[in-house]
Amino acid sequence: MSLVPGSDSLTQIISLLTYAFFIVFIFYGQRIQMYIMVREVENNLHKLRVIKDEGRKTAIEALKEMGKPTSDPSARVDRYLDYFTISPQTMDPSGIVYKLDHILDMRDERLKEEVRLMAPAAAGDEVQINNLENTLEAAMALNYIYKVVRHYYIQGKKTLSLYVIMQLQMILPMVMKEAEAYGSALKAFAYGQPIGDSVGPLIASRLMHGYEARKVYKDCVVASVPFEGRTALVLKAEGPGGNVGKPGDAIEGVIEEQQGKLAMVIMIDAGLKLEGELVGEVSEGIGAAIGGPGVDAFKIEEKVTKYKLPLYAVIVKEDIGDAVSPMRREIHEAADKAIERVRDIVKERTKEGDTVLIVGVGNSIGVGQ
Amino acid sequence: MRMNTLSRSKQTNSTSTSSRINTYLILIVLVVLALSIVALFVAAQVLLTGDTITAGLFAGIGLIAMAMCVFLLFQSRKQTAEVKLDIPKVMTIIECQNKGCANKTTREFQRGDYVFKDLDVACGKCGGKQMITGIYKEVKEKEKTYAV
Repeated sequence: MSLVPGSDSLTQIISLLTYAFFIVFIFYGQRIQMYIMVREVENNLHKLRVIKDEGRKTAIEALKEMGKPTSDPSARVDRYLDYFTISPQTMDPSGIVYKLDHILDMRDERLKEEVRLMAPAAAGDEVQINNLENTLEAAMALNYIYKVVRHYYIQGKKTLSLYVIMQLQMILPMVMKEAEAYGSALKAFAYGQPIGDSVGPLIASRLMHGYEARKVYKDCVVASVPFEGRTALVLKAEGPGGNVGKPGDAIEGVIEEQQGKLAMVIMIDAGLKLEGELVGEVSEGIGAAIGGPGVDAFKIEEKVTKYKLPLYAVIVKEDIGDAVSPMRREIHEAADKAIERVRDIVKERTKEGDTVLIVGVGNSIGVGQ
Repeated sequence: MRMNTLSRSKQTNSTSTSSRINTYLILIVLVVLALSIVALFVAAQVLLTGDTITAGLFAGIGLIAMAMCVFLLFQSRKQTAEVKLDIPKVMTIIECQNKGCANKTTREFQRGDYVFKDLDVACGKCGGKQMITGIYKEVKEKEKTYAV
């Protein structure tokens, strides 16, 4: 009597094996699925490690080349890559913005000081110090991404939890895209090439070029420019070193200087595009066009609210990869379109003789004034 | 120092877990591969008896299973592949400041270049002052579009 249908013994064996396989898949299917996901995460983690090591190598090479250190900076770079910042307590949110602002200032000063120590020959050259700091920050971001992914990968394998691994596997394409963008941004920062995020300062510098620019707090420059019969105060982070400045403080200062007598404030920045939108598309809207932890946006909103100033935003669309890697031609060409949009806004919504404030927000790396 | 030792032992643990997972995967792949070969063999045997429909069925199952095994093995091999970072070619645009000339040239980016930098090199056409007016990279591959 045979257990399974079929004429000969070979067919019976195959049928038995098929049943066995079917049963194994019923009970262990999820685990097999998890092993396949683990393999995928492992492959990406391997890629991340290579990119992270490349970041560290590029940072050390740039420090040696520009900073001419007397000893090997590798140990100090490793220490730098592990720096962390603790956000202020939010149990009592009152005054949190200024606490965060203070902590971010301290972080910035500390990191710059560290770069100066690692690169003594470049210590007097603010442009090189800023570029080196940006390079190290990109390496720091890669180090952090690698460590977080590795953490969840090991945790998932230790607990053999499908859900930990599944969450990691689901967000990995986005994480990898960001890591690869930082990877290709390393050389851009080290060499001082404009990145996608520099489009705001590029537009501002096109408007202010040829006019005298003065420094304003902090790390920003402003120039008074005749613009369509109005006076435009054009503001950007000081270039050409990698620097975003503190536009919040700078805008506050300029508005107070003018005693709030401005017809409008226009902020131009790089904005994240949605899938399906084109790189370099220009869009306009209302509000503070500025990223970061929110300190600058808060200060700008406070000041424009105090004087009831209209706040307009113009953004050039790009994805996260474009924002931190060398500027694409489409983004470079979008600068002219954005200037035209600003021109339209000023002509349509202000009168001749008015004063407007135009702010180019972003990293001024590779963009002079 | 202690931390280092700890992290090293963790790494060893993780490697052993990893190799265990590899063994499981390879075991599964080998079993499926064996089944697929047997299925192909049966397909040949059945074909000799003249039952082409059953033979085709067995051959199809065998081929699909074999393709799946090859795919899984290929996936696990990918880890050892080299990871290359894409370093794009960045171009610098130089324009002559003489309004009558406005000669525009492009060259590869050199360290120290920045937008609105006045150059010491005179214009090849009119001998006027030159300035960098743009720095950008060309992205060759076209973004995939979706008809929605």
